Amino acid sequence: MTTRMFGAPVQRREDARLLTGGGRYLDDLGHDALAAAFVRSPHAHARVLDVDVTDALDVEGLVAVYTWEDLPERVRDPLPLLIPHPSLVAPRTGYALARGEVNHVGEPVVMVVATDRYVAEDVAERIAVTYEVLPPVVGVAAAREAVHLVHEEAAGNVGAHLVQGYGDAGAAIDAAPHVLELDLDVERSACVPLEGKGVYAVWDTDEQSLRLWSSTQTTTGVRAAVAAKLGLPLAKVECTAPDVGGGFGVKIMHPWPEEVLVPWAARLLERPVKWTEDRREHFVSSAHERQQLQHVRVGFDDEGRVLGLDVRLWHDHGAYIPYGVIVPINSSTQLLGPYKPGAYRVEFWSLYTNTVIVTPYRGAGRPQGVFAMERTMDAIADHLGLDRADVRAANFIQPEEMPYDFGLTFQDGRPLVYDSGDFPASLRKLKDLVGWDGFEEQRARARAEGRRVGIALACYVEGTGPGPYEGGHVHVETSGRVNVSTGLTSQGQGHQTILAQIVADELGVPFEDVHVTTGDTRRFGYSVGTFASRGAVMSGSAVALAARRVRAKALRIAGDALEADPGDLEVVDGVVRVKGNPGASMPLGTVAVLSNPLRYAFDDTARAATQFAAGGRGPDEPPVAPGEEPGLEGRDYHSPLRSTFANGMHAAVVETDPETAEIRVLRYCVVHDCGTMVNPMIVEGQILGGVAQGVGGALYERMHYDESGQLLNASFMDFLMPYATEVPPVETDHLETPSPLNPLGIKGAGEAGVIPAAALFASAIEDAEGFRISRMPISPSELFHLRERFAAGEVPALRRGGPAGAAPATPATPATPAPSDEGA
Amino acid sequence: MPEQVLPVALTVNGAAHRVQVPSRRLLSDCLRHDLRLTGTHVGCEHGVCGACTVLLDGVPVRSCLVLAASADGAEVTTVEGLGTEEALSPEQQAFRECHALQCGFCTPGFLTTVRAYLDDHPDPTEEEAREAVAGNLCRCTGYQGIVRAVLRAAEIRREREVAP
Repeated sequence: MTTRMFGAPVQRREDARLLTGGGRYLDDLGHDALAAAFVRSPHAHARVLDVDVTDALDVEGLVAVYTWEDLPERVRDPLPLLIPHPSLVAPRTGYALARGEVNHVGEPVVMVVATDRYVAEDVAERIAVTYEVLPPVVGVAAAREAVHLVHEEAAGNVGAHLVQGYGDAGAAIDAAPHVLELDLDVERSACVPLEGKGVYAVWDTDEQSLRLWSSTQTTTGVRAAVAAKLGLPLAKVECTAPDVGGGFGVKIMHPWPEEVLVPWAARLLERPVKWTEDRREHFVSSAHERQQLQHVRVGFDDEGRVLGLDVRLWHDHGAYIPYGVIVPINSSTQLLGPYKPGAYRVEFWSLYTNTVIVTPYRGAGRPQGVFAMERTMDAIADHLGLDRADVRAANFIQPEEMPYDFGLTFQDGRPLVYDSGDFPASLRKLKDLVGWDGFEEQRARARAEGRRVGIALACYVEGTGPGPYEGGHVHVETSGRVNVSTGLTSQGQGHQTILAQIVADELGVPFEDVHVTTGDTRRFGYSVGTFASRGAVMSGSAVALAARRVRAKALRIAGDALEADPGDLEVVDGVVRVKGNPGASMPLGTVAVLSNPLRYAFDDTARAATQFAAGGRGPDEPPVAPGEEPGLEGRDYHSPLRSTFANGMHAAVVETDPETAEIRVLRYCVVHDCGTMVNPMIVEGQILGGVAQGVGGALYERMHYDESGQLLNASFMDFLMPYATEVPPVETDHLETPSPLNPLGIKGAGEAGVIPAAALFASAIEDAEGFRISRMPISPSELFHLRERFAAGEVPALRRGGPAGAAPATPATPATPAPSDEGA
Repeated sequence: MPEQVLPVALTVNGAAHRVQVPSRRLLSDCLRHDLRLTGTHVGCEHGVCGACTVLLDGVPVRSCLVLAASADGAEVTTVEGLGTEEALSPEQQAFRECHALQCGFCTPGFLTTVRAYLDDHPDPTEEEAREAVAGNLCRCTGYQGIVRAVLRAAEIRREREVAP
């Protein structure tokens, strides 16, 4: 009997190659290609007055220099607005090369092509650009004040504005027994994959066609965008994602200026051209995320049940808004988490600033939304003197209320309806895992030793696997080899493994016989891309459906050949056989031979399918049966009604040093529900990786812009990503509530780990310190200064008291204005 | 002015190479683009991420901070020199078993680092294993599998020593 692969912690198919130096990432291709480099703006906001290339022209190895004026129609037009939305009031996108104006440090102004990257940078260094510096808008507060504008046509720096909700939140809050207000602040961070972006283009003059490789999360998107920009038929452009060294969202944004310019130059010069982003370029010209200011007004009853919730979000989207409003929509809808406020109103303003653009980073707006809601839950618990877990439980949507329809619209344009989940069960598991109920004894022991510890938990719900669709193609060769292809791309999620697991089971073939290709438009042209935790949900479902088609076809053909009813056949270990009569059987490879009647024999297997061979279909039947196609292959698509909602809850125990304010993570516990798991080892890997990014985002990482719009920490020396010594061991437990929205019951797991971390650490540090934390991330020096301000009575105390169990320095007030002048 | 070009002799993974390189060419670029050994990856070009770590005469170095010309006469070991797909080295096998890689971009730098570390410290504690890889950045895994893999690699090395 074939071992069932679905659900097994199978070791990855990708690994042997990647471990031995056999990976092929973008810069591993095209060693002899010309190299591109860019002159980028050193100013956050400026007019470009002049570009002088005189000094650069005699550099040996220079091939070409381009400015915006050199670009032809379409290439010189603004880059596309990828996701139009009615809330966009003043959508502006950038140009491939600056057109007279720059709006952030790092914006490309001049493109250089040379024989290698060293020379290209020599040239770039000698190009003199004259700017007239304009006043920059940096940070959400400055954008909201709108003393200066980023774009004159965007009044108040507002790019988009949206109100959603249900019920009358204002009236519900006014009528509630208790009301609190919170001001909250989340700073900028970014995906920062270890491999930056890159693009390599080869123009075939003879065929008038373009081959394109990009370190992207969507090859179909890049292909279509480049074909449109270059005025080429889609049939003349093919795009492949080679191995991609991490994405986390930044590579779903497309087309980047370089993705348009490199292919354009390759065609113009009739030479292969490559651009590999360097680390500084990644910091100042790829995308960031996370920054928001938030105001929450909440009304609740004596049990902490939320009767009305009114949230305002001011979202920083940077210099342009090519990816639309996906991030603030996620914040504003996923803020609700596992809870059901009696009435809800959310309003967001998406604001222009003279900083790098903002597009989804793993979690994509959810960490900020969860921050707002979980800070609110903690504030309610503290106000009422209730256990933080109990307040959350009082607000949970119950399992029997699923599917739960909020009456809102999610980021996929579909209704916000939770399909399944058991939040009370998840909470029980988490409390057991972390030892929630016994923590006060632990705290007392720590206090006795002069140590400060704090505990917290945070919950989230995550819409995953949005449509519109993904497809899969499964092809059985006459050798029995099974080729699977899907259009979406891979950045380390183990798609080659999990998709092979799914197909092996569906088809009844050995796992080793299944070979998966992702992100190559030559193999599969219809796809959306890898983002929003959709790989397993969407392509997993699609390849399962495609494999079912192939299996059904194999049974039809084998049924004819074996003179058996297809219903009496099974496929085991790659062999079709009559149930209960293993003697009557044929390998799938032979079925593949029979599926494709031939005229010409080129090997022994082919001979069996030729027109004078024995067997085959009768003289009064066509060689290919009506309704069939030659070949043992099948294609199908998964297009779900709407997103499926995964969920999870995290808990942490932290210790803060009474002297240095250093923050140490003692425990980190995760309970996660992503429906049925294809490969628990890979799911765990996704969660652990997400948690590490969450820890980084909460305690270490921030994009540090100064008031002139210079990014001060644009290197790994100054942008502090966690090393192994900064990430705590993570304890995990799982719950599996299958999704009813796809054939395998799966939900996405890619982003989950990162989502609640900022909210969680804010709560845990607050619990250790005894005063409110309203801004994340938080560094030891910021905590130190908060302590000083707390001692001076400038920061409100928790009602439940401080680290020494002392009475609060100031009484809690219904309104809790946030300190927001800490750090930079 | 034409660039100064220097002859450089390197022994890489046991094979002798002679290349002509501009004096400013980085060892990482020389390995990757002149010798086409693309297993060594470049993640930051300022010596922080560790993805480009190779062994120079047995010592782990950031090849993005070494000029190719200054490595003249040296023995270099890259990830390609540790093992093959058919015969994974103990470090490679351990990383696979422990799911210590996802995108695989940082992995070669971890593997060379771990190789050199275990040569000197064949039996690390978990804490020591964590410290051993604490100079390399990984953005995918959260490091838990990597730390486990260091311990597992030490175990596999011992198993292989015992086995004939």
